[in-house]
Amino acid sequence: MSILHVTLIISMIMLSICLLLNAIRFAIGPTLPDRITAFDLFVANIIGIIIIYTELTDNEDFIDVAMVLSLFGFLGSISFAYYIMKITK
Amino acid sequence: MAGTIDWVLVKEIISCVFILTGVIFMLIASIGLLRFPDFYIRMSAITKGATLGLGLILLGMGVYFNQPGVMLKVLAIIGFTSITAPVAAHVIGRTAVQNRISFWPKTNLKEFEDYITKEHLEQPINHDKYTEDIKEDIRMEMGGGDDADNG
Repeated sequence: MSILHVTLIISMIMLSICLLLNAIRFAIGPTLPDRITAFDLFVANIIGIIIIYTELTDNEDFIDVAMVLSLFGFLGSISFAYYIMKITK
Repeated sequence: MAGTIDWVLVKEIISCVFILTGVIFMLIASIGLLRFPDFYIRMSAITKGATLGLGLILLGMGVYFNQPGVMLKVLAIIGFTSITAPVAAHVIGRTAVQNRISFWPKTNLKEFEDYITKEHLEQPINHDKYTEDIKEDIRMEMGGGDDADNG
């Protein structure tokens, strides 16, 4: 167990706690924009988990997954916001 | 052998420091999303915290792999994130203001209300948020334009 391995395991555990807190906010969020921001933070946390998994397995191919996911997360947030704006106008 | 530096260990330690700092920022952003009192304050917390944390985690991975191609992809992801996260936050916040999501009672709203009264943007609050209503005063201002378009 090197120091890098221990650090990556600790980081993975902390990001899992982040996902749990986001899920609580996603469940109790009083309004729909709260849930959209929680979804935005879900995407950012999952990109971080993918990055740490890339470093844990020494496989560089997962970086492309993180790049595609960062673009699609933006599209998801924008389309949800646009949908709410159209439906409540 | 005593004077040489183990560069692999130095690289790993720098990567560990970056990754731990980034993960701590993301944890702070998540706690802020759970604990802050208002939608707009939560939005500000997660936009800054998550962007900075993600950038630090990505820089840690770029330092660990130590290759130009990986570093280029890392800089591309940081560029995408730092461009798209404020835009998404702006659009969602604007939608929330249009939907009359309530503010925290201690927020200083004086300037915003002055702007609203100056630009004549007051509207009756529509509690039934998921039905479309046609605003009566706008139809009266337009006069016979609707009939001409329909005919």
